[in-house]
Amino acid sequence: MPNFAALTEAPIEFKRNARAALADGQLRRNFRGAMDFLMVKRAAQFADDEECEQLRAFGNRVRARALSRLPALLEQLEARLTRNGVQVHWAESVDEANTIVHSIVAAHEAKNLIKGKSMVSEEMEMNHFLGERGVDCLESDMGEFIVQLRAEKPSHIIMPAIHLNVGQVAALFHDKLEVDYTEDVDLLIQIGRETLRRKFFEADIGVSGVNFAVAETGTLVLVENEGNGRMSTTVPPVHIAVTGIEKVVEKLRDVVPLLSLLTRSATGQPITTYVNMISGPRQADELDGPREVHLVLLDNGRTQAFADSELRQTLNCIRCGACMNHCPVYTRIGGHAYGTVYPGPIGKIMTPHMLGLEKTRELPSASSLCGACGEVCPVKIPIPSLLRRLREEAARRADAAPHHVRGQGANHSTKEGLVWKAWVKMNTSPTLYRLLTYAGTRARGLTPANIGPWTEHHAAPKLAPRTLHERVREHLGEA
Amino acid sequence: MNARERILAKLRGSLEGTTPIADDYDTALVTTPWTYAPAQRVARLRAQLEAVHGETQLTTSAEWPARVFAALAERNIDELLVSPLTLHGQQLAAQLALNKGGLRLKAYDRAVETWKDELFFHTPASLTGTLGGIAATGSLIVWPTVQEPRLMSLVPPLHIALLKASAVFDNLHEAMHTQRWSEGLPTNALLISGPSKTADIQQTLAYGAHGPKELIVLILQDA
Repeated sequence: MPNFAALTEAPIEFKRNARAALADGQLRRNFRGAMDFLMVKRAAQFADDEECEQLRAFGNRVRARALSRLPALLEQLEARLTRNGVQVHWAESVDEANTIVHSIVAAHEAKNLIKGKSMVSEEMEMNHFLGERGVDCLESDMGEFIVQLRAEKPSHIIMPAIHLNVGQVAALFHDKLEVDYTEDVDLLIQIGRETLRRKFFEADIGVSGVNFAVAETGTLVLVENEGNGRMSTTVPPVHIAVTGIEKVVEKLRDVVPLLSLLTRSATGQPITTYVNMISGPRQADELDGPREVHLVLLDNGRTQAFADSELRQTLNCIRCGACMNHCPVYTRIGGHAYGTVYPGPIGKIMTPHMLGLEKTRELPSASSLCGACGEVCPVKIPIPSLLRRLREEAARRADAAPHHVRGQGANHSTKEGLVWKAWVKMNTSPTLYRLLTYAGTRARGLTPANIGPWTEHHAAPKLAPRTLHERVREHLGEA
Repeated sequence: MNARERILAKLRGSLEGTTPIADDYDTALVTTPWTYAPAQRVARLRAQLEAVHGETQLTTSAEWPARVFAALAERNIDELLVSPLTLHGQQLAAQLALNKGGLRLKAYDRAVETWKDELFFHTPASLTGTLGGIAATGSLIVWPTVQEPRLMSLVPPLHIALLKASAVFDNLHEAMHTQRWSEGLPTNALLISGPSKTADIQQTLAYGAHGPKELIVLILQDA
């Protein structure tokens, strides 16, 4: 079982997790099939390359514009929501966010929470936090419901149970819900529907995430296919939405390009079944909807990413998951191996800000830098460049200024530092360069045959018998 | 300082000396590829809705109640949730009285808390109006009201929606702009594009996840 970052202090052992995942044939088949399916679906939605490229560039500008005025937009969002009757809370850490949620729960003496899909609530470990305090949180998204029944974490941000096949779900339902074993997906979904339907109206509080928070109108936009998001935000008397501070957009019309990019990139749909725009609690004359709506705005490392104009681009993310669907590493190892709430390429550039580089030191290197993630990102986050940047932050001395990322220097090695210093010295001094290359070529027989991981699969490199300078001179007849 | 002030101060500090990016909204980019000839508009909407298992029927403002009765009879449904306070609710009731049909009409006329169980387990179908449609994505624009609350389009397994052909817009931007959404959204506004669905089990699409299992859109060609 991969170790999970948020619950332990130890660094995530990505390499160990990845090795275990690679040896799991069933897991690899499940992911290969799922990723191929999602890539084909996305490609079909972006049949016109030019439209795709223009829209991605536009999406990038819309997000960059929002971030360029983020503090003002957050204040505007808060003012509009407050005017609409929504209560806005701010949290710097997940502990603060959980405490806020718990205080709302306590004020209502709530015992049962029903949750629409929310990655920020996963980031908060909300179920765990409230569970310890005797409050039951039930996931209502079919995929989340399945992983919760297995006491697992989502392995994908859009399709949480993507690591499982139908046989595994059938066995799970048979075992946990005591229903007859069936591999008929329609029947399995109906079992989930019946089980959860009663839970929706028994719940004291509904919890959801937010896809876009519109500052102009004070509107929380949620997209989904199942209807569980609408149920969770409509049926219980109280609705708590949790979201990161970066999710705000300036105007309602800004949702148009982002919504199109999101649904087409995520699941290859022109639009999701439901686009749910919530601007306030139930009014006095209305007959349904929550009487109280809360929004919790969470920082949890986002202000750190925001502080640097290059790393800030991480916050463009609209959580579509296309980067993981197209990632050759993710496809082979699945989401759990990353040990983080956000797996795959976006997780590797986001999580270091949330947990620090000490715990996530192996993540920025868990990539071949093939560039696929950057090419499909709907808001053009330069993920490979940001991975390279984080590698640099992890390798710099811990005390080097300026200090951008918590855990800077986590991978710093004095030996490696000395090697590079020597390399610089050699390449900036012609005498030393000639001397060392001469010595190296003459002593080529002495180079080691075993140089760690490289020689496990490759022949050991050997210097040429003569230096390039010597050969050029010879070629020009000057020797 | 509290959390709010600290977060805002950090963000402000990071933006010091920068200028906000100007709004260069590219309307053409989100409208031009999604523009249809008037004759194609409804056809596009139908194709998109049917691609996700939505049922559509072309009908008229006089004939649609008969379509409702037929759809319900076909499914052996003898009860319909419909608002008596809307014009379409009244038209349906009048037609039903004329036909002396056996269908029972039920109103959503009290707070959900007082009849949750009945709504969730004993209400097989509902009929609501819409504010319009969107051809590009095959979407219905639904703004729940006091007469037609939020759960009417979500809880009953069959949702029948009335859509005026004249209220079908080409794309979301056009709908939003023409109907001036940014000037005042209701507490809950929705786009509905088909019956509820999920592909969470091995990417196999299944309909009727948590919301309606079936969506029938009656398109009134003369309205």
